[in-house]
Amino acid sequence: MENSNYYTADTCDVVVIGAGHAGCEAALASARMGLKTIIFALNLDSIAMMPCNPSIGGTSKGHLVREIDALGGEMGKNIDKTYLQSRMLNTGKGPAVYSLRAQADKSKYHTEMKRTMENTPNLDIKQGEVAEILTDENKKVIGVRIESGNIYECKAAILCTGTYLKARCLYGDTIIESGPNGMRNSTQLSQSLMSLGIKLQRFKTGTPARVDKRSLDFSKMKIQKGDEKTVPFSFENEHKDISREQIPCYLTYTNNETHKIIRENLDRSPLYGGVIKGTGPRYCPSIEDKVVRFEDRDRHQLFIEPEGEDTNEMYVQGMSSSLPADVQIRMYRTVPGMENVKIMRNAYAIEYDCLAANQLKLSLEMKDVGGLFCAGQFNGTSGYEEAAAQGIMAGINAALYVKGEKPFLLDRSEGYIGVLIDDVVTKTSKEPYRMMTSRAEYRLLLRQDNADLRLTEYGRKLGLISDERYAAFLEKKRLTEDEIKRVKKINIGPKPEVNRLLRELGTRELSNGAKLSELIKRPEASYDALKEIDPERPNLPDEVREQVNIQIKYEDYIARQIEQVQKFKKLEGRVIPEDIDYSLVPSLRIEARQKLENIRPVNIGQAARISGVSPADINMLLVYLG
Amino acid sequence: MSEVIMNLKVNLDDTIAAISTPIGSGGIGIVRLSGSEAITILKKIFIPKSGKPVEEIKSHTITYGNIVQDGSVVDEVLVSLMKAPKTYTKEDVVEINCHGGTAAVSGVLRACLKSGARLAEGGEFTKRAFLNGRIDLAQAEAVADIISAKTDASKKAALSKLGGRLSEKIRKIRESILLTEATIEAAIEYPEHDEEEVTTATAEEAAKKALSDVRGLIDGAAYGKIITAGINAVILGKPNVGKSSFLNYILDEDRAIVTDIAGTTRDALRESVNIKGIPVNITDTAGIRQTGDVIEKIGVDKSFEYADSADVIFIMLDGSKALDETDIKILEYAKGRKAIAIINKSDLGSFGIENEVISYIGEENTINASVKEDMGLDDVFERLKAMFLGGEVNISDEAAVLSERNLSSLRAAEKSLENVIATAEGGFPQDFLSMDLTDAYTSLGEILGESLEEDVIDKIFSEFCLGK
Repeated sequence: MENSNYYTADTCDVVVIGAGHAGCEAALASARMGLKTIIFALNLDSIAMMPCNPSIGGTSKGHLVREIDALGGEMGKNIDKTYLQSRMLNTGKGPAVYSLRAQADKSKYHTEMKRTMENTPNLDIKQGEVAEILTDENKKVIGVRIESGNIYECKAAILCTGTYLKARCLYGDTIIESGPNGMRNSTQLSQSLMSLGIKLQRFKTGTPARVDKRSLDFSKMKIQKGDEKTVPFSFENEHKDISREQIPCYLTYTNNETHKIIRENLDRSPLYGGVIKGTGPRYCPSIEDKVVRFEDRDRHQLFIEPEGEDTNEMYVQGMSSSLPADVQIRMYRTVPGMENVKIMRNAYAIEYDCLAANQLKLSLEMKDVGGLFCAGQFNGTSGYEEAAAQGIMAGINAALYVKGEKPFLLDRSEGYIGVLIDDVVTKTSKEPYRMMTSRAEYRLLLRQDNADLRLTEYGRKLGLISDERYAAFLEKKRLTEDEIKRVKKINIGPKPEVNRLLRELGTRELSNGAKLSELIKRPEASYDALKEIDPERPNLPDEVREQVNIQIKYEDYIARQIEQVQKFKKLEGRVIPEDIDYSLVPSLRIEARQKLENIRPVNIGQAARISGVSPADINMLLVYLG
Repeated sequence: MSEVIMNLKVNLDDTIAAISTPIGSGGIGIVRLSGSEAITILKKIFIPKSGKPVEEIKSHTITYGNIVQDGSVVDEVLVSLMKAPKTYTKEDVVEINCHGGTAAVSGVLRACLKSGARLAEGGEFTKRAFLNGRIDLAQAEAVADIISAKTDASKKAALSKLGGRLSEKIRKIRESILLTEATIEAAIEYPEHDEEEVTTATAEEAAKKALSDVRGLIDGAAYGKIITAGINAVILGKPNVGKSSFLNYILDEDRAIVTDIAGTTRDALRESVNIKGIPVNITDTAGIRQTGDVIEKIGVDKSFEYADSADVIFIMLDGSKALDETDIKILEYAKGRKAIAIINKSDLGSFGIENEVISYIGEENTINASVKEDMGLDDVFERLKAMFLGGEVNISDEAAVLSERNLSSLRAAEKSLENVIATAEGGFPQDFLSMDLTDAYTSLGEILGESLEEDVIDKIFSEFCLGK
């Protein structure tokens, strides 16, 4: 810090680096918890920017948004304000996998989030590249230096650099040294991190082209409308609060002609030509990947989605690519309805530096750098929702760190957020990590409908849930519990009107009496469907009736899952001392010893989830720990 | 879902059981129980001859009686009951001394497991002793070394003993479960993709098929098909010396533990028989009984491969002819190994090969017999028994433990698949099929020593073209 340009510009508690979906949640949580917070973005026009798909939610991601909301985060409220179309998917497959997804107006999403941040007390927003993390002799964060030399002193910093670190975008032989969407990239921070001993790796991802709506023929595509009754993401909203006219999406397909063009030009893709070295995600395959890996398929789905209300730009979901521009336009034009398509922004692949996340604690603090927290795509994940989920947790934990309090952790049985962070920290992923419901082993409990019941209490304790909202939550909880108790007590006799209803529903008639709760459990029946034979039923809000129905209908499965959780909790309860020396644990296999040393799990459960650590190794560890 | 967790048996609160003597080192085997439920479990399966209730038995005494399961006597036993804390593990400990040979010891262990005990992991009694403060760290470390060595060895043993065919069969069942699960999951993760969705009926059908396969394995196991506790024997001999007749003789209904279960015989790697109370696994190539000559065709060389891993070798020779090159080759091979030579067709007159055979494998192991006339075969079996009881031929307790473990894994898979079918029939949405499909997959994986990790996700992305 001898450079004469350096001077201390300001002092605060928490600095957030990057204002994407992780950074926004992190900064809001920290500021709302009363800490003086400054957030830096390379460009303030990119706050909460959605550089890829114009939508929020979807399977498991919708769960994350609900959980963020239950903790007092912003993503759910922001999409509720700015959505263009909303659908609840998977409704036939069980309540645990209901999947709420909304198309977003990208520009409004950005504007609204920026507005919220600008009006949040304790939060300052600044444009500039953070070039260096400053630490003291104990390797604890004491400030950040931005490129101009200004120093901002802080007690904790949160890295939410997304895909910006040493980013470059590629299509064909065009290589642009930039962040996503033409934004400038961050060139200096990687070096600062490495000099702190932090290990970085290189990942890649990609995005399809944006095309001009006026150049599309929607009559050749299948229209996809939103749900008639839209469901809000935020537990603070009801349907009536968010009801609006919706904008459709369209479905079309590639064909053999498209595939032929792709195959003939594969050698011009940096991905196949070997120019791209980063590891790409399997679940965001480029169209080149799809054509190569699934050779026998003669078509692939494409969804044409609006980028916003005030723009003609449309997103071509399903056709991300890094082929050169001339090939892109040729292949897009083979698609029905896109014969005359005009590309406004080309598809591209992006490579960036990110963290090897096993350097993190479950609190998202670096193990070796005190007060340095990390969230979002920088941690090797993909997706706006995954980023936001880590963002709010990192924000909360940075605030608690500054306050000198214990970190706030969610385990795998409490939320998708718990699964996400545990996976990211424990498993060494070779590709960007995407949340999936199949990763949540207790997903019957971790439903999107009950995220508030699971997490609001935590949000409240952290100071992120308002009095009004908390009171409403307690009321919902009380009504649900009372109604479940009541329904379990009610006896229904084999009266003619009862059997008439059962017949209408296509289920067995009664010959003896039955509990109302037993009737609800029948696949053909539901809580609502049995209303007329339950005269004492109180008038209850939608979300309470939904809870009663789900909790009764699937009671037996839920109970079994709770048993599994109890077993899981026992292992999670076996704490491994922080200072354990694995070289002293006898008989561990070398691979296990290295992995344990590397990841340093906090308890036996986490240790057992490390791939390469066998049950025998865990036994050794237990014997050693006594 | 993280299967490692599911595999883990690190709970200290439950009651564990295991066979604690090497089977085959004598006529007596001990099944040991340790844990807070040990006496409760004993109560469920033990009827003292004195008629005294189990709870009234004093600590550190021995009681005589019967182990009974499902109304029938498993074995006559002596039970040592030792109450905590003055025991090896500092927990309640029950030791059941069995008399009825290996099959009985296994049966008693099974009875304990059915009544609520969990099969102990290798070294777990010692681990408990340590954790409960009974032994010090130095001792525990020594045990730890052994556990780790044994775990590796036993994994290997499990795989080799289960053999290619059986593990192949389990792999196939797992593969079908995984595909069903991945198809359901793919449709859940990507609701809008036009991948072919699995219907509940299809999933149910797949679960039924898997269930029937698993049950086939359990039935086999219950009767000793895959129980690996046993002497592994191989019959060596050139064509037409009477190997098949000898095998058929051994497998006659009195001795065969396994009756012919349709569909399983062809795939069985070995036949488990009870010879003079000793379980013997006769390893053979495919289709021993259906295509009796296949083994002849495969020839002697192939048989040597099996013989390499056998505990004992039966050599079949034709006593009515002179020894030829192939016979000598076999005898050379058997030299220094545990082998019994059966000079067959002795009823047709001796050709005088006996002394030559003795020079290779010793007098006591050379027996004149005639399978056709049922002559001398009892001597063969007596000799086998003598080898066994004399400790020349042994069965490792690991093997016995493994088979019980495999059986519990198979039972767990059976239960999970039954749940899948019940869920499908109950009209529940597809998500509810996943929990039990995953559990079934995990349980079967335990037998192969394979974990779940990201199998489902890997399968989804290898089978289906998904993603934005």
